[in-house]
Amino acid sequence: MKAIYKKEFKSYFNSMMGYVFVAFVLLAVSIYFSAFNLGMGYPLMGSTLSSVIFLFLILVPILTMRSLSEEQKNKTDQLLYTSPVSVGEIVFGKYLALISVFAIPVLVICLYPLILDGYGTIDFGMAYLAIVGFFLLGCAYISIGFFISSITESQIIAAVISFGVLLFTYLISGISGFFADTAITSLMSFTVLLLVFCLIYYIMAKNVIASAAVFVVGEAVLVALYFAKKTWFEGAIAKVLKTFDLAAASTNMIQNGILDFTDIVFYLSVIGLFLFFTVQSIQKKRWS
Amino acid sequence: MIEVKNLVKQYGDHVAVDHLSFTVEKGQIYGFLGPNGAGKSTTMNIMTGYLSATEGEVLINGHSIFEEPEEAKRCIGYLPELPPLYMDMTPLEYLYFVAELKKIPKSERAQMIADIMKLVKITDVCERLIRNLSKGYRQRVGLAQAIMGYPEIIILDEPTVGLDPKQIIEIRDLIKTLSKKHTVILSSHILSEISAVCDYVMIIAHGKLVASDTPDNLSKLMLGSNVLDLTVKGNKTMIREMVSTLPDIDSVEVHNSAEPDCVDIVVKSPQNIDVREELFYKFSEAKCPIMMMKSSNMSLEEVFLELTNDKAPAKQEKKRTFFKKKESEENTEKENSNEGDL
Repeated sequence: MKAIYKKEFKSYFNSMMGYVFVAFVLLAVSIYFSAFNLGMGYPLMGSTLSSVIFLFLILVPILTMRSLSEEQKNKTDQLLYTSPVSVGEIVFGKYLALISVFAIPVLVICLYPLILDGYGTIDFGMAYLAIVGFFLLGCAYISIGFFISSITESQIIAAVISFGVLLFTYLISGISGFFADTAITSLMSFTVLLLVFCLIYYIMAKNVIASAAVFVVGEAVLVALYFAKKTWFEGAIAKVLKTFDLAAASTNMIQNGILDFTDIVFYLSVIGLFLFFTVQSIQKKRWS
Repeated sequence: MIEVKNLVKQYGDHVAVDHLSFTVEKGQIYGFLGPNGAGKSTTMNIMTGYLSATEGEVLINGHSIFEEPEEAKRCIGYLPELPPLYMDMTPLEYLYFVAELKKIPKSERAQMIADIMKLVKITDVCERLIRNLSKGYRQRVGLAQAIMGYPEIIILDEPTVGLDPKQIIEIRDLIKTLSKKHTVILSSHILSEISAVCDYVMIIAHGKLVASDTPDNLSKLMLGSNVLDLTVKGNKTMIREMVSTLPDIDSVEVHNSAEPDCVDIVVKSPQNIDVREELFYKFSEAKCPIMMMKSSNMSLEEVFLELTNDKAPAKQEKKRTFFKKKESEENTEKENSNEGDL
């Protein structure tokens, strides 16, 4: 794992990628920092950082796109998967390297509150909590991009899909506002989601009976629940969609200065889940 | 050392490896021979743990590659068809990475890397980027990667593809040197390479093992009889009569030769009888000088073509007769019909 971590980390700085990523994150944060904090004398780091979140949508796919897809394309994965190292270690080593690249600009940003301190009193706890929230959010986004780079050989496709997925999570709370609060809307939306899920299952497993059975059983449960506990369905679809909003979980930490462990657990779970998916997608390639 | 049992690999409906079984013993060079798409690379990828199998088992030194992958992979060095090189590294950086990846103790790394670079002769390019190296040097860096840690088994997938003749000879010599300490398995669709390097040949066609033996035995077994090519000065009909009066001769063919006043003769005799002396005295009695005489075993090339030919039912028959012949050398009639096809 250490070998892979070192090699990956170095390779980001052997090519332009690492420098470009670090430079752009710093540039964006610094522009907002000089405008809000230095220019307008605003003492909170949170508003600066939350204004920069949108930049992840572009920068994270660029950082993660080559991580696994390039290895597949150049067949260098043959070296990794035939050496005495488990797939889990390979995935974890690579992910750590990605996070380390992201940690560099974050560490530089850690100096900014100290600069602000020279001009007045600031709340260091709040400032650093905001930076931690910013870092965690970035790590969660990176884990998604990392997973997507494992499913395709093409860097470009990986980048475009990652951008699409991140954009979706970014806009999801806005989208969820389109749905009415009534129970029947939720029931219908869940039915559509179930249908989509069964279709995907059918495409992957090529089993008509099993996917039809999943749909029928799922739909029966939904309808039964609908008639038994109608109140559960009121506004449910909006709630479900909002759980995909990764950025929302960071609002407390970044903007409000509230340390809520559920948010941290949420990010760690997202990271864990996507690393698990990555391992599975690599294993699947070996077995098919 | 390596045991492959009943290995099957399916890609959808396509069967790439079809119930393949073989064992590999220590200290020899094994050659996988087969036409393109025969399943050589797939088999190697499964043996090294890169791919999984649909069915079957691979044991490396008693460790199953599927159940104890890390122990099994520790015994193997693998050079895939395309050397797995990182273009933005120098060979030195790359080999340090591989050494660490293969968990070689830190204290031994520098020495081992220096030794291996000397062995594959890349010491003078070790500071250049791999991107800028020629194909031959890249292949060597790949080979160095496979040797790293001196594993007991070294598996090379088409190690000489795309090299110039001089490099091919160098790599072959290197493989021979390696075989003193390691078991080497290499694959190729080039026959001369296999017959030049390998102690033991396994011929694979359509994912099945169709024959496995030493290169010499394979060509002998295939033919089942001794064949002599002669060029003799003399009259065609007279020579034909002379030769056919000899005992122990299965068949004689006489053609006009390219040399003036000479004829070419192909004499077939049973495998265990040497007729060369008799022929010599016979011709010298008749004052017919022998210009050339050589025994021609069927080349590995012909064996290969015969065995890996398309899956037509007739050919299937022949494959079976080939194995029968291995057991007993009785049915000369069928052999003759085989030769007719060649």
